Amino acid sequence: MFRKADWTDQKVEVIIANLLRIGVTFAATVVLAGGLVFLVRHGLSHANYHAFVGEPTDLRSWMGILHSALNLRGRGIIQLGLLLLIATPVARVAFAAFAFAVERDWLYVGISSFVLLVLLYSLLGSAV
Amino acid sequence: MNILEFTILVGLGSFLAGFLGALTGLGGGVVLVPLLTLLFKVDIRYAVGASLVSVIATSSGAAAAYLKDGFSNIRIGMFLEIATTLGALLGAFLAASVSTTAIGIVFGLVLLYSAYTSSRAPAESPEDSQPDPLATRLGMNGTYPSLSGPKDYHVHRVPAGFSLMFGAGALSGLLGIGSGAVKVLAMDQAMGIPFKVSTTTSNFMIGVTAAASAGVYLSRGYVDPGLAMPVMLGVLAGSLAGARVLARTKTQQLRVVFALVIAALGAEMIYGAFTGKF
Repeated sequence: MFRKADWTDQKVEVIIANLLRIGVTFAATVVLAGGLVFLVRHGLSHANYHAFVGEPTDLRSWMGILHSALNLRGRGIIQLGLLLLIATPVARVAFAAFAFAVERDWLYVGISSFVLLVLLYSLLGSAV
Repeated sequence: MNILEFTILVGLGSFLAGFLGALTGLGGGVVLVPLLTLLFKVDIRYAVGASLVSVIATSSGAAAAYLKDGFSNIRIGMFLEIATTLGALLGAFLAASVSTTAIGIVFGLVLLYSAYTSSRAPAESPEDSQPDPLATRLGMNGTYPSLSGPKDYHVHRVPAGFSLMFGAGALSGLLGIGSGAVKVLAMDQAMGIPFKVSTTTSNFMIGVTAAASAGVYLSRGYVDPGLAMPVMLGVLAGSLAGARVLARTKTQQLRVVFALVIAALGAEMIYGAFTGKF
């Protein structure tokens, strides 16, 4: 399966497009589920997004979001879905780096890895 | 207004933005922030956070549809993503230190610029000339299918395109938009890439660019789940529906109308910024 001849740029792009579609569908499903929980519990509360207060820490970090989602809190589940959504293009870049390695195109392995590092820096900034 | 009513109204508005954005090819993200801030009185930082998330969703969701045409160039995209992701990080950090008034003004100017470029017909691809040696070294030149068989194209002025892409990334991170207008400017005008290749490649890049700043927004607490949920789901559903209708409609008149709406929103954003609405 990992023979070089099987990996044309076109094929890689088809795999990537499917990866993206699956990622988005999955993330949207999680967001929708969390949204339903949130609306059932808080739908009749007053909506206030005019004043900016920032999100509490348990909706900002990976561990906080995971904890909140596992406790079946609506906002935590939505935030987990959004994290999955943000991770989808990251997975895309990681896969491209892998595909370039199979093609033995080391220049583009380097380029993809650099982009991946920038994305991970941004995402893992919310690790703690 | 209670949360249920707010969610339904924002969801419908986002659906419409995504639908018109896909139908006209101008992207829905650009009208989302004005819609949320001017109409729903949402703080601009929450609005930008929600918009960024929806940009990732539409870019990734549309990738499969674009790919059937087989035009996008994964190498051009990946190389330029170095510039857009670094720019996006800068934009996201700027968003924290720049005043909301300044963000409103920059947003208004970008809207006016987008309206201006979309009112012009897409430029014909320039005659092919000698490629940039750097583009050849980076393996960017390619072919795209045309009626007369596969057609070769070459990539020009890589450094100029790269710099413009850094700017596009910074705007994306600051304003939560896809910056499609600037990306196409960089690829069409500066690098001489054929229109069909540049638009599809740009769509691929938008998701990665937005992801680079979305992480920063999330960890800073600018992404509110209650707001992002209807925005993301609405825009995604709207853009998928728009892409489906696109094949059977003439969009030229709609494009003009939508461009006028964008220009009006741009003026309103600038006016709002100067009168201290943000």
